[in-house]
Amino acid sequence: MIKRLKDLKKTILESQVWRSMFRHDYADTPRNRTLQIMSNVWMHLHPPKVRRHAIRIRFTWCMGGITFLLFLVLTVTGVVLMFYYRPVAEYAYADMKYLQFDVPFGMLVRNMHRWAAHGMVITVWLHMFRVFMTGSYKSPREFNWVIGVILLTLTLLLSFTGYLLPWDQLSIWAVTVGTNMARATPLLGHEGPFAQVAGVTPRYDARAFLLGGTIVGPPTLLRFYVLHCIFLPILASLLMIVHFWRIRKDGGISGPL
Amino acid sequence: MAEAPGRAAVAEKAKAAPKPKIKPIEDRVHCWPYLVRSEYVCSIIITALLMVWSIGIDAPMEEPANPTNTPNPSKAPWYFLGLQEMLVYFDPWMAGVVLPSLIIVGLMVIPFIDINPRGNGYYTFQERKFAVTMFLFGFLILWVSLIVTGVFLRGPGWNLFWPWEVWDPHKVVALTNVDLPYWGPFKVLGNPKIFDVELLGLTLVTLYLIVLPVAFWFWKSKTSPILQELGPLRYGIVAFLFLTMMGLPIKMVLRIAFNIKYLWVTPWFNV
Repeated sequence: MIKRLKDLKKTILESQVWRSMFRHDYADTPRNRTLQIMSNVWMHLHPPKVRRHAIRIRFTWCMGGITFLLFLVLTVTGVVLMFYYRPVAEYAYADMKYLQFDVPFGMLVRNMHRWAAHGMVITVWLHMFRVFMTGSYKSPREFNWVIGVILLTLTLLLSFTGYLLPWDQLSIWAVTVGTNMARATPLLGHEGPFAQVAGVTPRYDARAFLLGGTIVGPPTLLRFYVLHCIFLPILASLLMIVHFWRIRKDGGISGPL
Repeated sequence: MAEAPGRAAVAEKAKAAPKPKIKPIEDRVHCWPYLVRSEYVCSIIITALLMVWSIGIDAPMEEPANPTNTPNPSKAPWYFLGLQEMLVYFDPWMAGVVLPSLIIVGLMVIPFIDINPRGNGYYTFQERKFAVTMFLFGFLILWVSLIVTGVFLRGPGWNLFWPWEVWDPHKVVALTNVDLPYWGPFKVLGNPKIFDVELLGLTLVTLYLIVLPVAFWFWKSKTSPILQELGPLRYGIVAFLFLTMMGLPIKMVLRIAFNIKYLWVTPWFNV
């Protein structure tokens, strides 16, 4: 019996299908440890080896990793929410109620999306805090810090655009308060310094461009939906690719030189 | 083995040189399993926490959006409440546009103005006191504490309420704030203007943002090696960002302790 099982295992492991997917076995050898990382597109975010101190949780706090994990959670739950949600003023709120009461696990998915979004804002700040306190932005990692700051801004913008989508009192007034700032933009906002010089009006200034009108209305909902689900995630993903790639190219995770 | 003599020479040189405190770069471990396993455990813990939290606590949901019914107070999302809180002390063009942009740009230029090579890749306060102090002041004292104030202490009319106080929408707060030219000893100057621009504020802002850093440069740059290494351009950026950041606590003190609203009124903007 055991011999048959062993033969079966051998047949599977040596079959063309198996070997087309996995190029190495699982035995714990230095070569396999390296291949686990090198021959796996996902694991290949990592180098085969890292500095010993870099795997200590009290050095990195794991904050960059947690931020990325939350981004993945947000992508998955966000796609599920998109199946049920229409970014139209007449339907948006009703769809939220539908998610809450009728869709199986709808409220759980919405809750996870909401709390993961808040969590991501916190973890991305803590990640920046950690990177600053370890001086990891110093040469040769200057440019990756700059990308990190852009990613932090994108995280805030993603969270902010998502805030409007439930289309309840909380969302439109929070977004109204937030976007009211845009009308005070120097030159580009109708209440900002030198507005007359630029000739902007309430209907034709930075805020109106952002909102698609003079108030937070149906065009704003559509704009924020497109920004939230397409533009900002794609931009953030592209910059994340650069961010992770640069860690490797700038000599791996920082440490005493 | 061709590299062996080279290595020996390097080792000999290293022996002759004073012993460095840092560990050799070869001290590396395999990512699989040492890093991957802790990432895996970390992911499971975070996912489990998020699931439990999401089962236990529902995301907020209020009445349908109604543009004709403004809630009091109207608050931005919590992570922007630091900016909304700055509106108490600055006009929207400053608190909502210029200062946030400067925060982002200021963060981006940090690696280029912090030319101290020490403290790269490990925790230290001793070796980079100025940088760490500035960052902690900006992040913890200003950003985080303003958010906490905005979230927990601001009620109707954006008035301050302690957590044990009832949010009374009819709370009366006397508006006793005055602009600087009409405050205390400055009254005797009679608020002189040129092209409708207040001269007192113009003088103060010029003194603060231009004369002060330039004078400091000429006073210290001859004797301070740090300033010499920074050079005039980097020094100028550091000084501008530092003084702009300090502008917030200065205006907070002026407003809270002395009831001063604007330092400088012009036809186009007020500071």
